[in-house]
Amino acid sequence: MKNSVNRELPDAIMKDLDYKPFESVDFGQPEIQRHAPKVRATTGTDKVVDSLEKVVTENLEDGMTISFHHHFREGDYVFNMVMCIIIDHGYKNLTLAPSSLTNTMNDIVIEAIEKGVVTNITSSGMRGTLGDAVSHGALENPVIFRSHGGRARAIESGEINIDIAFLGVPNADEMGNANGMNGETAFGSLGYALMDARYADKVVLITDNLVEYPNTPASIEQTQVDYVVKVDKVGDPDKIGSGATRFTKDPKELKIAKTVNDVIVNSPYFKDGFSFQTGSGGAALAVTRFLRQSMIDNGITASFALGGITKPTIDLLEEGLVKRVMDVQDFDKGAAHSMKLNPAQQEISATWYADPANKGAMVDKLDVVILSALEIDTDFNVNVMTGSDGVIRGAVGGHQDAATAKLTIISAPLVRGRIATIVPAVTTNVTPGASVDVLVTEAGIAINPNRKDLLETLKSVPGVPVYTIDELQQMAEKKVGKPEPLEFTDRTVAMVEYRDGTIIDTINEVKD
Amino acid sequence: MEIKKTALAGTLESSDVQVMLSQGTNGIQFDLDSDVAKQYGTAIKATVTSVLNAYGIDNADVKIVDKGALDMVIKARTIAAVQRALDIVDEPNWEVL
Amino acid sequence: MANEERLRRTMMFVPGNNPAMVKDAGIFGADSIMFDLEDAVSLPEKDAARYLVYEALQTVDYGDAELVVRINGLDTPFYKNDIRAMVKAGIDVIRLPKVETADMMTELVGLVEEAEAEFGREKGSTRVMAAIESAMGVVNAYAIASSTDRMMGIALSAEDYTTDMKTHRYPDGAELEYARNAILHAARAAGVSAFDTVFTNMDDPEGFYRETQYIHQLGFDGKSLVNPRQIEMVNAVFEPTEKEVLNAQNVIAAIEEARAKGSGVISMNGQMVDRPVVLRAERVMRLAKASHLLDAAGDYISNVKAANSQEGGKQSEK
Repeated sequence: MKNSVNRELPDAIMKDLDYKPFESVDFGQPEIQRHAPKVRATTGTDKVVDSLEKVVTENLEDGMTISFHHHFREGDYVFNMVMCIIIDHGYKNLTLAPSSLTNTMNDIVIEAIEKGVVTNITSSGMRGTLGDAVSHGALENPVIFRSHGGRARAIESGEINIDIAFLGVPNADEMGNANGMNGETAFGSLGYALMDARYADKVVLITDNLVEYPNTPASIEQTQVDYVVKVDKVGDPDKIGSGATRFTKDPKELKIAKTVNDVIVNSPYFKDGFSFQTGSGGAALAVTRFLRQSMIDNGITASFALGGITKPTIDLLEEGLVKRVMDVQDFDKGAAHSMKLNPAQQEISATWYADPANKGAMVDKLDVVILSALEIDTDFNVNVMTGSDGVIRGAVGGHQDAATAKLTIISAPLVRGRIATIVPAVTTNVTPGASVDVLVTEAGIAINPNRKDLLETLKSVPGVPVYTIDELQQMAEKKVGKPEPLEFTDRTVAMVEYRDGTIIDTINEVKD
Repeated sequence: MEIKKTALAGTLESSDVQVMLSQGTNGIQFDLDSDVAKQYGTAIKATVTSVLNAYGIDNADVKIVDKGALDMVIKARTIAAVQRALDIVDEPNWEVL
Repeated sequence: MANEERLRRTMMFVPGNNPAMVKDAGIFGADSIMFDLEDAVSLPEKDAARYLVYEALQTVDYGDAELVVRINGLDTPFYKNDIRAMVKAGIDVIRLPKVETADMMTELVGLVEEAEAEFGREKGSTRVMAAIESAMGVVNAYAIASSTDRMMGIALSAEDYTTDMKTHRYPDGAELEYARNAILHAARAAGVSAFDTVFTNMDDPEGFYRETQYIHQLGFDGKSLVNPRQIEMVNAVFEPTEKEVLNAQNVIAAIEEARAKGSGVISMNGQMVDRPVVLRAERVMRLAKASHLLDAAGDYISNVKAANSQEGGKQSEK
């Protein structure tokens, strides 16, 4: 069968997993019955346990679904700690359902796959050796990739039914009250983990910092927590977030960032009380800096900044240029450490941030978002999942969710090395072109023809040439030449869900 | 034309390509290392081959370490490598340019 | 010579043996791009850089930029092949380094002419410029600037010059005062463009702005640049003010009016407009257009919303 973005989907797997093909970015207003977790009632006297191994062996069974969060990013010790025990005890057929997988987890996931410990994975993304292994068919069943909002929805609906959530925290008290803001391994917002804490049947907190009861502010509440396990170290503070975020000096990135700012500032959304999301990465930080100057020059303040937060955004908050920061995760130490100091830096859960099956998410109120792309095609579809060689090396993240903003800007160079970024058809369709409005490159911009209003407003911005996306694609191809098509086998190694739970694309095993 | 000595041109910087030519006996033999070999391997070899043909070189061992170079860079580096391998650095072959 | 028609605010140096920089040189809006085969290229790579720039000139779209190449000096074994390759590639301008006498330009022009004939290029289509890098060069500046019809401009190159003068560069630039004025006068007297030297410290945007404002005030056409990030900074300095643009528009309107009336005398507000005022108005309008200060109808855009600030820019940084 084909979906509405013309992707051929494997009938057998679609039927097997009870999936519907992607139709539309419009979620509508369905009534939804949420799933509720099992609760083992306790007064809490037995919560603190010394042995992680004991918690695992007394609670885990073959075939269960286990989850983790990725807020410790490349500094995570918890994932490997738990998975080692699980592998050592010879568990089988587990489903791994973390909010995402970072490089530091790759080796142990590959080992768990090879030993049959893990046979299913759902994640926002994967990179490096794990992405390579999965793309070469290492995992028995297809990986399910979900956006942050899509994961929240799937957890609420019971599509992801977490038996045990192993959640590392930089502090917790004996009853399980915990937050992400205090302690040596503080990472700021616990946004993604809040879903697991609310919906997992068993919640195991793992911390190296047992604090006095009651611990406040409590992002995770004692009412949700079954066990608190004290370990030596939950993470490496130096690898959790990048240090001081550096402003790019790359002239091409700067040029793109300045053009992104020109687009924002000349759009109808740039007015007092507007909202924006910029994400991380050198160009995004540069946009924040240009935007700051434009806000000052034009006497405009923003009602909120959303999503993954960096220090430059916190600077805007402290300067009064942004009134609220709605924070689902923090990318650097500056942003992480300011959360406890800034009441206007609000921790939000993944469902609040981005879930479509909701009574309104933050992304529904979002005016402007700047997103990146590995590839974007002439229908404005975006790939942030597979590299130029067809191998998995990315994450959906909040891309699909934030792209529902009123003005979605994709910032990308025409080419990277000899690889065109703008292509006739993306390798993997992650975010449908229907939700993308403007592409900004170093050569100029392209506006989605569906946005006739933007075509009109942006057609004569000084120094910002407007092209059709086909023209930009041809410019890119002229630079690098026409590539030979990638070769894949018939085997599906991953399914990419749209945020509503339909299938927008699949990823096949690469042929080498 | 016969290659007189092993010669190399280009660097391992991003967007560059290093082309090394040495004497061969069995036509033009390629050893290609490139992140974009899947998409552009054939094109890279064709570009190098066309330069070698223009100089009348029929036998050569060609080692290419590509860092995402555009076609024009591959051509320029191959010309430089050939001129060096033929020991005619100071006498460019203007027809090939 | 159509020299005064062209804006030459920014001449961006691009190391000739660096593929990443050579391929992207066209995207930053430099008025002139100067591929360097000389100081930026090590001796064993002179041949490779020459082929790289040659191939780039054949294939890369550099838009409207004027394309310049700095060849190796007349005292090197490379310059003859540099000239032939670049003429064959159809370069706009060849820049000769370390020019001290008009004879050096004459020698260059002779070789350029031979190469044009050899490769079937239109005679006179390749222009030349001279970099002045010594006391002798400064003293001979006018003779150099007026040595050939092919002359596009002359440029001060301060590193070698200050060494020759037994000094070095200072923040206030007093050591360059004479050379700058001498070169500028020579250029103006000969009717060619004048370029100021490079400013290399990217961590001192204030110093860069100070120097650029100074040479703009003197009357230089533009500046040689080492980094694309400097382009917007120079353009900001050369950007005309609203008052200058509105005044220039009035002058242009007066010219139109005079033309419509068939009158040879241009008058504005009851006063005669003389030729220098007309020339200045035309230059202001070219600058205004290049600075994106005019809309499609040619009217001044008073409400430029986007920040024109650059890193460490004119606006205050916190």
